[in-house]
Amino acid sequence: MSGNGNGSRYVGQRLRRKEDPPLITGKGVYTDDMTLPGMLYAAFVRSPESHARITSIETSAAAARDGIHAVLTAEDLDLAAGMPMAWVPPGVEINTPEHWPLARGEVKHVGQAVGVVLGEDKYAVVDATEDVVVEYDPLPVVVDPEAALEDGSPLVHEQFGTNRTHQWGLGSEDMDVAWQEADIVIERRIVNHRVHGAPIEPRACLAEYRAGYLTLWSTTQIPHLTRSFLAGSMQMSEDRIRVVAPDVGGAFGTKLNHYPEEAVACAAARRLGRPVKWTETRSEHMTTTTHGRDQIDRVKMGLKRDGTITGLHIDVLADLGAYYQLLTPIIPCFTAFVASGCYKIPRVRTDITGVFTNKFPTDATRGAGRPEATHVVEVMVEQAAAEIGIAPVDIRRKNFIPKEDFPAEVAVGVVYDSGDYHGTLDKLLEKIDFDELERERSELRERGIYRGIGYSTYMEICGLAPSRIVGPHGVGIQGGFWESAIVRVHPSGSVTVFTGTSPHGQGLDTSMAQIAADRPGTTPDVVEVIHGDTNTGPYGMGTYGSRSLAVGGESVARAAEKVQDKAKRIVAHMLEAAPEDIEVAGGKFTVRGSPDKGMTLAEVSGAAYIPENLPDGMEPGLEETTLYDPEHPAGSTSCATSLSTTAGRRSTPC
Amino acid sequence: MAPVRVSLDVNGTTYEREVEPRLLLVHFLRDHLGLTGTHVGCDTSNCGACTVHLNGEAVKSCTVLAVQADGAQVTTIEGLGGPGDALHPVQEAFWEHHGLQCGYCTPGMIMAAADLLARNSDPSEAEVREALAGNLCRCTGYHNIVKAVMAAAKATGRAEAAPPPPPGDPTVPVTGVGA
Ligand code: FES
Ligand code: FES
Repeated sequence: MSGNGNGSRYVGQRLRRKEDPPLITGKGVYTDDMTLPGMLYAAFVRSPESHARITSIETSAAAARDGIHAVLTAEDLDLAAGMPMAWVPPGVEINTPEHWPLARGEVKHVGQAVGVVLGEDKYAVVDATEDVVVEYDPLPVVVDPEAALEDGSPLVHEQFGTNRTHQWGLGSEDMDVAWQEADIVIERRIVNHRVHGAPIEPRACLAEYRAGYLTLWSTTQIPHLTRSFLAGSMQMSEDRIRVVAPDVGGAFGTKLNHYPEEAVACAAARRLGRPVKWTETRSEHMTTTTHGRDQIDRVKMGLKRDGTITGLHIDVLADLGAYYQLLTPIIPCFTAFVASGCYKIPRVRTDITGVFTNKFPTDATRGAGRPEATHVVEVMVEQAAAEIGIAPVDIRRKNFIPKEDFPAEVAVGVVYDSGDYHGTLDKLLEKIDFDELERERSELRERGIYRGIGYSTYMEICGLAPSRIVGPHGVGIQGGFWESAIVRVHPSGSVTVFTGTSPHGQGLDTSMAQIAADRPGTTPDVVEVIHGDTNTGPYGMGTYGSRSLAVGGESVARAAEKVQDKAKRIVAHMLEAAPEDIEVAGGKFTVRGSPDKGMTLAEVSGAAYIPENLPDGMEPGLEETTLYDPEHPAGSTSCATSLSTTAGRRSTPC
Repeated sequence: MAPVRVSLDVNGTTYEREVEPRLLLVHFLRDHLGLTGTHVGCDTSNCGACTVHLNGEAVKSCTVLAVQADGAQVTTIEGLGGPGDALHPVQEAFWEHHGLQCGYCTPGMIMAAADLLARNSDPSEAEVREALAGNLCRCTGYHNIVKAVMAAAKATGRAEAAPPPPPGDPTVPVTGVGA
């Protein structure tokens, strides 16, 4: 955070959250809570097959049912592009299949949408999906990523002649040296199974097309990017599209995407001239909202007898599923960037092979690629400790990057700016009474309860950045990684902050209000934070990857700082003092040395909006914008979890 | 199927409506009465986001038909607080103790917790966890939810009310973990 040294009073304080009153009284507005006049409900006809040719689709019986307005299939949708995928890695060949929101000719995973039924009653549309008769000619299926690479495996996409999507590597070129220097080399096959982010709010969207303007309300983490994608697929000018993320009930990466149902709702709303709402069931969510992880890692670690690590190689087999969603093939790359963990390892390399299977795509989920790296390196460290016969804590300490080494460049070429890994581990050991946990473990064991005790250290890239490294000519993501903020002081002195982030539980209404309040010397209760609406704020990148406070919060801080600077110049001008002598204290701008001389923010903004007496050349008003493109945000910590389970009975995490 | 006439008292107001016999109570509340504070998070009666009080007891309103609630008294999150904007002690405690993040599970959590406190004014932590076992939250990790419910129990100060029921199953101790 850019410090100002002036009047920092609310950042760091514990406040009751500003966003809570509506949420605890049932007054929040989530996407499914909204209805529009003339609105139609949508229900999707989905494939029960993992892989099949569609031989026919018969919709007339469904369309003839009472209350059914239309049944649409792929050819009824006027869309110029399929679902976007944002990774074009320089110098890497990647097999990219077309991915249309409704299946064209073939289905490649269970749950793939084949058609959509639209009607006035939410139960009736579901009934009608059962009357859409789709004939499938089943094709051979492959769901095991290792089997998918074998010769003769069924092919998910015939046209590529292989299920391999791409290969990508990062790190040391001379791993042989690491094995030569090692006294022992251990190898493990580590499976990081498929998971689901599963927020409690399923996805939903509501699209309205009116007189050439499209509005989409959606459970999304990325309203601005979604608008850009819709401009392409709907062939509309971006200024005529508005995307709103109202209250969103958690996401964990699953809503960092543009989904087929959003595109279908928009195309159907335009075609039918009626608003269209779709709300996912939990069963749909589990099958057709992005999954995560699903790596098989073949890992090799070289060590000296004393536990010093000489090298680490991770061969990642990433099961990407049948198609790409927004970031599907790049997610495993993030494993490579943090493969070193907190350790000083002279040689580290990650090689990734992506593979198609007949499953739903994987994509960002809670840490997106980085927890996979932590899992690998921490399991290997534990395994090595057991093999060599030293304590897990000692092997960690032996290999930590020491505090004095920072900034430290690790073998994959990433520079860690700062860290104190011994410090965080000390803190963990101080907080967790392992002897007591172990004593309890023996006691519990006698009662038939099994407890596992473990801990882990980690190094994460939080808030992907900077743009020039992650972007098109660096890692190859077709986007920037900055964030925007507007801080607008109203004539009365209250403040509205617009952020390009799109929080869904992170509490940014409160934390950004704290940040924005401090600099102009006001209080968070008169700072409103607006987010998730492409029509109200500047373009922004959304909320994901632990970036919103680190990057979005900093842009709020910088915009507020600019507001403070302008306010100081106004105060200095009006009180005939030098701008450097103006301080923010006790909710007022005062002149250093004469605390009785001062102006409140309301007085300053009044002067700014009624510009009778502003410094020469100063524009009226009190509002500033920042688009902030960060360097490397990063974090590290340790944690411990123990879990007790009884077969078939409850477990208590602590 | 022919619609059926039902009459329900919801948050103190009587509503008469013609409904399909298969209409779920949660959809009656949300779509017919516009009480969208009661949420739907699953289709398997797992998540508890839809919890309301039916004749004073917590139920999952996705698992009750509107016709089954004919003649009953229903309280939803919108009707839990007192007159004006007064918050129920459980709502107050969720706010104070950061018992929510995205807020989607929250109405159901609060209704389940309020039901517990109506039956047991001085629950142990184990009893709170047991009572909320049917409500899922993906954001918070439950810690602050439990803290909020315990605090609400204290705040209502009704310890002298009915004696607490016998303790539930022995749970695994959570000592050994520092503050
Ligand atoms: S919606 Fe009722 S339990 Fe999930
Ligand atoms: S607060 Fe998000 S699910 Fe509980």
